[in-house]
Amino acid sequence: MTMTDLELVEQASQGDRDAFQRLLERHYDTIYRFAHRFAGNAHDAEDIAQDVCLKLVDALGTFRGNARFSTWLYRVVLNAARDFARKGTTRAAAHKVYGEVRELDRADAVENQARASWLSEALGALEPGLRETALLVVAEELSHAQAAEILDCAETTVSWRMGEVRKKLKSLAEMVHDR
Amino acid sequence: MTDEMKTFQKALGDAAKDAPPKDAKAKALAMAMAAFDEKFESRAQESAAAGRLRGWASALHDTILGRQSMTINQALAGGASIAVLALGIATATYVQRDISRFGTDLDAPSPPAADAKSMMETLRDAETKPEGRNAGAPDPATEPNATIAHDMAAPPPREEMAKARQPYGAPQAKIGARAPGIAMGEVDNFASGSAAKSAPVARKRGIGMLRSMPDQAQSQIYRDQGRDKFERFDENPVKLVAEAPVSTFSIDVDTASYSFVRAALNAGHLPQKAAVRVEELINYFPYDYARPKSRSIPFEPSISLMPAPWNADKQLLHIGIAGYEMEPAQKPKSNLVFLIDSSGSMNAPNKLPLVKSAMKLLLETLDENDTVAIVTYAGGAGTLLEPTSAKQKAKILSALDGLGAGGSTAGAEGIRQAYQLAEQGFEKDAVNRVILSTDGDFNVGITDSGELKSFVERKREAGIFLSVLGFGMGNYNDALMQTLAQNGNGTAAYIDTLNEARKVLVEEAGSTLFTIAKDVKIQVEFNPDRIAEYRLIGYETRALKRQDFNNDKVDAGDIGAGHRVTAIYELSRKGGTGQAVDDLRYRRAPKPSSAAGDEIAFLKIRYKLPQEAASKLITQPVTGAQASPTVKAAPREARFASAVAAFGQILKGGRNTDAFSYDDVIALAQGAKGDDAFGYRAEFITLVRLAKSAAALEPLASPAPAQPRR
Repeated sequence: MTMTDLELVEQASQGDRDAFQRLLERHYDTIYRFAHRFAGNAHDAEDIAQDVCLKLVDALGTFRGNARFSTWLYRVVLNAARDFARKGTTRAAAHKVYGEVRELDRADAVENQARASWLSEALGALEPGLRETALLVVAEELSHAQAAEILDCAETTVSWRMGEVRKKLKSLAEMVHDR
Repeated sequence: MTDEMKTFQKALGDAAKDAPPKDAKAKALAMAMAAFDEKFESRAQESAAAGRLRGWASALHDTILGRQSMTINQALAGGASIAVLALGIATATYVQRDISRFGTDLDAPSPPAADAKSMMETLRDAETKPEGRNAGAPDPATEPNATIAHDMAAPPPREEMAKARQPYGAPQAKIGARAPGIAMGEVDNFASGSAAKSAPVARKRGIGMLRSMPDQAQSQIYRDQGRDKFERFDENPVKLVAEAPVSTFSIDVDTASYSFVRAALNAGHLPQKAAVRVEELINYFPYDYARPKSRSIPFEPSISLMPAPWNADKQLLHIGIAGYEMEPAQKPKSNLVFLIDSSGSMNAPNKLPLVKSAMKLLLETLDENDTVAIVTYAGGAGTLLEPTSAKQKAKILSALDGLGAGGSTAGAEGIRQAYQLAEQGFEKDAVNRVILSTDGDFNVGITDSGELKSFVERKREAGIFLSVLGFGMGNYNDALMQTLAQNGNGTAAYIDTLNEARKVLVEEAGSTLFTIAKDVKIQVEFNPDRIAEYRLIGYETRALKRQDFNNDKVDAGDIGAGHRVTAIYELSRKGGTGQAVDDLRYRRAPKPSSAAGDEIAFLKIRYKLPQEAASKLITQPVTGAQASPTVKAAPREARFASAVAAFGQILKGGRNTDAFSYDDVIALAQGAKGDDAFGYRAEFITLVRLAKSAAALEPLASPAPAQPRR
């Protein structure tokens, strides 16, 4: 008796706490993961995810069911993450932490380190708009159309931005190579 | 996709691949639920109370009816307790309203711990029936009362629970031990939580929290599903001999993955992909390989080549290694420390009771020269039994029988004490081993796997070995167990049934207890004139760097007496039809090396004898002469191993096994069953049949845990 997201949302916005809890259980990991990618460290991700869960209490009532719930949820998370970024930490500080993320890994620690620092550099080099688009399309593997819906822009904008991201990454890769 | 994009994607994936911390999730959910209640409170005050009661009743229902271990009498008594519960609720709601006001007025200045405690006391006074804290009485009615007590307390973050232990003394633990069901473990937790130190969250959301508690208990019931933690890894890719002619990995004799897969399939669902480690599936089975003759060269490789059952254009290189089997007379003295997790999370029929039975089985294999000590950990760790000769069976058994589950899990502290005891009884020529039985859900003290890892690493150098026995499903932390076993010179096994306990601790007691070689590494160099591509099946988590092979400082897997280890490579011949990657157009053909002759690969095995620090080397060329023309003509053991390999790969998604189906696996395994004295292979075939009809996902949201019942 698995209920769809939509059913759960409907029941939850009428005050069914069980439905609400199940909805959170189901989506918390996605919320956290996306927040983690956006913020670049586990600590901020926790805060953002917590914030999103709280926001959902009121926000659920505004979900109309004409979009997929997951798409809608990404938008909520994205907004929360943007707020969070605005409030305090600079981009540089937020991404510095990436370097420390996976250093516990045994055999491939060195390789990971290199990859992680490359990532922090790559993310740092992108403007916020491009970065968000890249996170949605590359990391979350959403289609351009879905990303456009979340970012509230035209699909062509997403495609154009991805082109920019590609260019940036390429030039960055060359720079690293030349070093 | 361009290379940069791929790197970017990979890096992004890696950076956030860790699951969110459990307590973060619990905290966020609790806060959101509290806010939710606040919002809907005005709308439906009465119906909320009714709803809560309903929630209660259903939680109770689960506790009573969902568990087989309760008798009908108890269930009936439980029915009566619902009435008590209803009374309790009325009292609780009354008190709660008072407290709500109290909380609002004195919100900031008064520390919530005091609030919670006074609430508990208010409640205690308000109630006429004292069973809730009556230690001796096993009356099920104690449960609702105790749970009401936890309704009143703010839920503390888990670490805090442990710091503030049991304000009402030991009784709770006793209740926890007696009554089955998760709710009982909770009693302990939450009661102790009432004395929790200042919790900022609780202060902020104190009132809402109070209200959300019964549902916390409820959610606990289904949250323990699908929370098994496995380290994710990618399958080994096809490698080009021209680019990477050498493949190096550490041996792996663990079998935990097979048992876990079996438990999942027996429960009717497919295991999560990360839980399937193909090499552990293959190594679960005892293979009939040639045995080495002396202890100084403790093993001997058996090599065969056969066409891959799933792709006739490819070959399988099958490397089997059998460890030296010890005569009973040679058996060294054992100095064992049983480290038993007795925390609340172990309170399930397939956890603590199974641990006890398993330890008793192991005890049967010991004699008067051996010593046993028992350390338990729940909240704080404690030595239950000082090192005792195995001759005093009655004493050891009664210590085991007295074990009950309750409290949080101070795993790290337990490990420290266990090692300390092992050091006390340390003897150079004996087997010095800590045997850890747990579900891996460490939540107090050092929970960071990195720190635990470095701790067991240091002890490894001192000569103390570690065996990890995993129990339970639902919140099984495989990743941590593997880390411990791999770094503490030990093995990890997953015990899902008593039969599995018998296999690991009795039949294979030799290999579980007596290490005959440590840091065993395998390196295979392929001849580029004969082989174009290779792919190692499994061993993803055991990959080593090429230079690590000769570096004796680099840790690798250990082999116990009589262990059999199998590794399988899938090969594509040079110029054959099986190549996955096209030849390069512009590369000049390298001159064939003259030394090779008929050789297609060269196998090197490096190992250390248990007491030595310098490694030894065994080498053996692989030639075409070892090849079988058809699958049928291949040695039986190689055929069975490849059936298991195919099964594992299909469970992982079947990217490399073409159209090979479960039915093909069954056919291949049927033809290679051999004697199968213990029925392991027959069981394997049954599992493949189960996999055919298994659901893709563990069913979520059903209130009763989907643990296999027995």
